[in-house]
Amino acid sequence: MLRIRNLEVAYGRRLALRRVSLHVDQGEIVSLIGANGAGKTTLLRTVAGLVRPAGGQVLFRGRDTAGLATERVVALGCSLVPEGRQVFATMPVLENLLLGATVQYRRGRRAEVEADLARAYRLFPRLEQRAGQLAGTLSGGEQQMLAMARALMARPALVMLDEPSMGLAPLVVKDLFAAIRTVRAEGATVLLVEQNARAALRLADRGYVLETGRVVLEGSARALLDNRDVQRAYLGGEPSAAREGERP
Amino acid sequence: MPRARHLQLALLAAAVVAVQLGADAAGKPFWLTQLTMAAYGGLVVIGLCLFMGYAGQISLGHAGFFAIGGYTAAALTTADLTPRRGAALVELAARVHLLTLRPDLYGGELLTVRPWPAALAAVALAALVAALLGVPVLRLKGHYLAMATLGFGTVVSAVVVGTEGLGAADGLSGVPPFELLPGLAVAGGAEARAQNYYLAWGLVGLGMLLLLNLVHSREGRALRAIHGAEDAAGAMGIDAPRAKLRAFVLSAAFAAVGGVLMTHYTGGIGPSEASVMRSVRYVALVAVGGMGSLWGTLLTGTVLQFLSLRGVFGSFDDAVFGATLILVMLFAPEGLLRLELPAGLRAALARRRPPPAEG
Repeated sequence: MLRIRNLEVAYGRRLALRRVSLHVDQGEIVSLIGANGAGKTTLLRTVAGLVRPAGGQVLFRGRDTAGLATERVVALGCSLVPEGRQVFATMPVLENLLLGATVQYRRGRRAEVEADLARAYRLFPRLEQRAGQLAGTLSGGEQQMLAMARALMARPALVMLDEPSMGLAPLVVKDLFAAIRTVRAEGATVLLVEQNARAALRLADRGYVLETGRVVLEGSARALLDNRDVQRAYLGGEPSAAREGERP
Repeated sequence: MPRARHLQLALLAAAVVAVQLGADAAGKPFWLTQLTMAAYGGLVVIGLCLFMGYAGQISLGHAGFFAIGGYTAAALTTADLTPRRGAALVELAARVHLLTLRPDLYGGELLTVRPWPAALAAVALAALVAALLGVPVLRLKGHYLAMATLGFGTVVSAVVVGTEGLGAADGLSGVPPFELLPGLAVAGGAEARAQNYYLAWGLVGLGMLLLLNLVHSREGRALRAIHGAEDAAGAMGIDAPRAKLRAFVLSAAFAAVGGVLMTHYTGGIGPSEASVMRSVRYVALVAVGGMGSLWGTLLTGTVLQFLSLRGVFGSFDDAVFGATLILVMLFAPEGLLRLELPAGLRAALARRRPPPAEG
């Protein structure tokens, strides 16, 4: 689905990504974990066409998309749910969702939009209740739901989520992650960037660990959860300590 | 939603009739002349409102597009082609009925382009210039467009003043009436005053209908999304540069239509119509009406332009619009109709008051 080879991205003279290679196969959920500033968001923004790479390849469904404009990437079937949600605050929920369907209209699939809207409401019933409300007045969790539902309106083959759990209550995060599972079950592929490494790896099939712009570790999500280095750096200490922490 | 729009347009029609009856009853039928001109200025302002309020961009060159429209129409309908009879292009134009013979002031005959093809050419030229200007500039975000259009406006203004063929500082006059439909002509003159008033406002109603439908369509939704967050709009698959360009070209075309009709109505056009100060005025009118409110812009635009045309502001005319822009930005950034003066004043006063002494 997505294959990245030796990707390099620079902001000015500073390299944000150094020869990053990774792949996401059809139907997978892949998690990208790492500390702040490791380059996770940069990687997603580059795939989405919001940042131009300095070198390397981004192959999406066999096509080199590095340097394509964002709207072209979306049209090819790769949608980003941006960090901080970025809903259109002054527009109602329904209009936000219809904006997400822009490429569907452009593909001439106007007829499918109605069904996709119903699907979005099935996934997040709260959005249907608030269809007429301005997106800016929603709670953080609802805005995140909206951002995700909006991205799905484009019927993407690959959904990239940037920090969906940021600033949300644990219960809301649980709902969101359940929704991600549903989305995958319905046929989409998911690339997930998360600070909440434990939750992300529990959800994912595979994972990559990014450190200062490099991939330092990759493997099945299970293996990463069991890896001592990962536990120490991202999961809050030794496995025994963590377990004690959970059941005091 | 469409019903609400139709109701609004019906209200506009009622207001237009009421104003005409009111002006008659007050014994001031000549007001209709300024109101007709305000209507053509209104076309410029609502088109600019689409671009500023909905697409979130600023153009300081709309007087330039108005002038391109007006001057092209004036030049084509007044330039005598008789000496060029025989030239292949002129003969071809004559054969396809683009030309007309009409008497000039001194009893001679003029061979000129008919108003309809001249108007179409004028609007097409303005749209083309807008596209050429917009393609490179609208790929950039931020205020580059404002700067580029300011430069464009300055160029148009300088060209107009410096070109003999366009009448230099005198402008062009002797522009004939524009027969839009048989028996329905855009022309000055007291005898057709009411008819022209209704014609102008009918055209404004048509323009409003078009823009309101656009704003409430998918295209309009995309524009509002770009206004809100351009990156996020791109992430929706919206081609932001192209959407902005379309809005820019359309708003330039509105300005050009306003220019063409105003020129035929007043019988001429001068370089002051192309001045940068005029562009600032249009921006001020959109700001006063509330960015993103077509009806607010039309209302305040009409009132202020009417007052200006009546000469209420005297020689402070341009200063009034400049000051208006400052005041609106300070106290009513949402527009005069959504003014929260107490809050705005309070904030301004609070800033002036010395900080309370610490105890």
